[in-house]
Amino acid sequence: MKLMWFHLMPYTELPEDFREENPGIWVDINSRLFDPERAHHMYNDFMDELEFSATCGFDAICVNEHHSNGYGLMPSPNLIASTLARRTSDTMICIMGNSLALYNPPTRVAEEMAMIDCISGGRLIAGFPVGTPMDTCYAYGQNPSMLRDRYYEAHDLVKRAWTEREVFSFNGRYNQLRYVNIWPHPVQKPHPPIWIPGGGSVETWQWCAEMDYVYCYLSYFGYKIGLNTMRGFWNEMDRLGKEPNPYRAGFLQFVGVAETREEAMRLYKEPAEYFYGRCLHIDPRYAQPPGYTTEATIRARVEGQVATAAKKATARGKTATQIEDIIDQGYIIIGSPDEVAEQLRHAATEMNVGHLMMLCQFGNMSKQLAAYNTRMFAEKVMPQVSDMFDDKWEDHWWPTPMPAAERAVPNPTLDGSLAEAAE
Amino acid sequence: MSAFEETSLSINGADFRVWTAGSGPKLGVLAGFGGLLQWSPFLAKLAETRTVIAPSLPGFPGGGGRAHVDLDDALDWLLLVREILNGSGLTDEDLVGISLGAALAGDVTAVWPHKTKRLVLVSPLGICIDGNPMADPWGVTPQDLPALLCANPQALEAHQKMPEGGDDLEWEVSQIRANEAAARLLWPTGDTGLGKRIGRIFCDTLIVWGTEDKVVPPAYHPIYKKGPKGAVSERLIEGAGHQVDFDQPEQLANAINEFLG
Repeated sequence: MKLMWFHLMPYTELPEDFREENPGIWVDINSRLFDPERAHHMYNDFMDELEFSATCGFDAICVNEHHSNGYGLMPSPNLIASTLARRTSDTMICIMGNSLALYNPPTRVAEEMAMIDCISGGRLIAGFPVGTPMDTCYAYGQNPSMLRDRYYEAHDLVKRAWTEREVFSFNGRYNQLRYVNIWPHPVQKPHPPIWIPGGGSVETWQWCAEMDYVYCYLSYFGYKIGLNTMRGFWNEMDRLGKEPNPYRAGFLQFVGVAETREEAMRLYKEPAEYFYGRCLHIDPRYAQPPGYTTEATIRARVEGQVATAAKKATARGKTATQIEDIIDQGYIIIGSPDEVAEQLRHAATEMNVGHLMMLCQFGNMSKQLAAYNTRMFAEKVMPQVSDMFDDKWEDHWWPTPMPAAERAVPNPTLDGSLAEAAE
Repeated sequence: MSAFEETSLSINGADFRVWTAGSGPKLGVLAGFGGLLQWSPFLAKLAETRTVIAPSLPGFPGGGGRAHVDLDDALDWLLLVREILNGSGLTDEDLVGISLGAALAGDVTAVWPHKTKRLVLVSPLGICIDGNPMADPWGVTPQDLPALLCANPQALEAHQKMPEGGDDLEWEVSQIRANEAAARLLWPTGDTGLGKRIGRIFCDTLIVWGTEDKVVPPAYHPIYKKGPKGAVSERLIEGAGHQVDFDQPEQLANAINEFLG
């Protein structure tokens, strides 16, 4: 089992009446609520938390991309990932990911991710989401009727840019480049592992199977609801004759660990209610631009993640915003280390997921509480979970860094002396 | 309502529905935002005095399935719409376009001036004033869209109601597809480039607006009025929103008939 530490980077100081006074957290969120000087502290706290989690033994640290979004302050996860590449040494760095259709030209993604793979010595996981409607179609103005085609074409271009060593031309429908020849190339060969965060689209599952990519279901609603999606994924893998290797899949889960369940309830009530009450206040107007969802998916009556969240947001009370309901419905796994471990083992087994992405910081959780949650998880839950699957399955989708002894040591001490230069 | 005939036009392997009704001089009609799911009172009224020819636009109901996904830019759209008009017998006739259909009617007239005799643009789209774009039809929930498009949303909702015996999933898909086709042409600001070409409209032109249009701000009225080089007249129709054809079908048909004589 791979245990990964995921940060959404939510703005932690949304007002108490945010839900009542604002149409939503995304696209047209009131920019006057954003205080850059407070964000200075938030960003630095968040990066401290990511770096701390790396020291606690998580297998990877994860960042992702959102735009015009109050619960995701990373328009460029690559900026954060580049600092993590310097400030960590052994943990894998998972960019989950870059919405390929937004980049013009998409070789920018190939370049930046190659840089991070080089800086980190080959520790990068490259996530390629289509991106949510809010991020792609509304905040970035992409035509929903063209988005998926653009995404697939950008994917092809990035992959070729990573793997071909001769200069080539690319004459796509949306991208025309006379000279493709990126410098640098990634350390990992043929390229960093590619993971695809997605909703419940059958076409995405089939594509992941065809390309041999990891499929990740980044759910805000926990494993109880995620189970249906993951069953659909594994049924499709079975139909396509793919072995049920749990490392084909990833799943995101909120967790809150303390010495006792009562203590956990006391500690995590406020950040949980902040996240589900304020951060997940998603305006349904921006959830389903026409063409974003394929007709095949519409016919299959499958609903995406943010569409689900938006739909829940329309009818008061449907999204659980009180801690008891949040836990009852399985959005967050909360409790003592043994309780959390038991539920996680159950969830991972039922969903057959070998990559669990843990959200140990959520909502307005403080840096100190996030660190406590992270440490408790690492010390008392991780040992009870990390052995899963490894006796039977190999993770073919994990980064292959340079040997540790050959990797650069960050932050060397330099004194600037001539003697040092002469060494 | 008057009887109409449905024929099919095959272009590049896609079948486009063409509705024809009435008698008298030909009048082409390019429908508005969601296309036409069913024959409409507006077409019926026009067909009392004219031979109404209403071909479906790419991606809209009857519009060649997913033909819109082959169209990447204005040239692609205009060439296909021209072919559809040609195949429908609309090669030198009067032409009415509504909303999105007006954006295309205006543009094909600008590009092939000799193929439109007289032009009627009803609540036209296709031009964007920086900082004052058309209302975002994809910035409301589908449930709220009829109220954005019509002063009397019930008229549009009645049109969107599936006839008995229909396939509800396919009915829903056809509306989502039409919405996608509209987005493909207009996303994100409604600018199709018509503003660059409107000065190539040389024929007599009538511009019609609903007084309660919530999609196109009044600031656009002088742009469409002054844009064409031919003689332009303007009519405002009381009690009509953006889709004047659903809100006030008789008044709109009468205004068109008065203009065309």
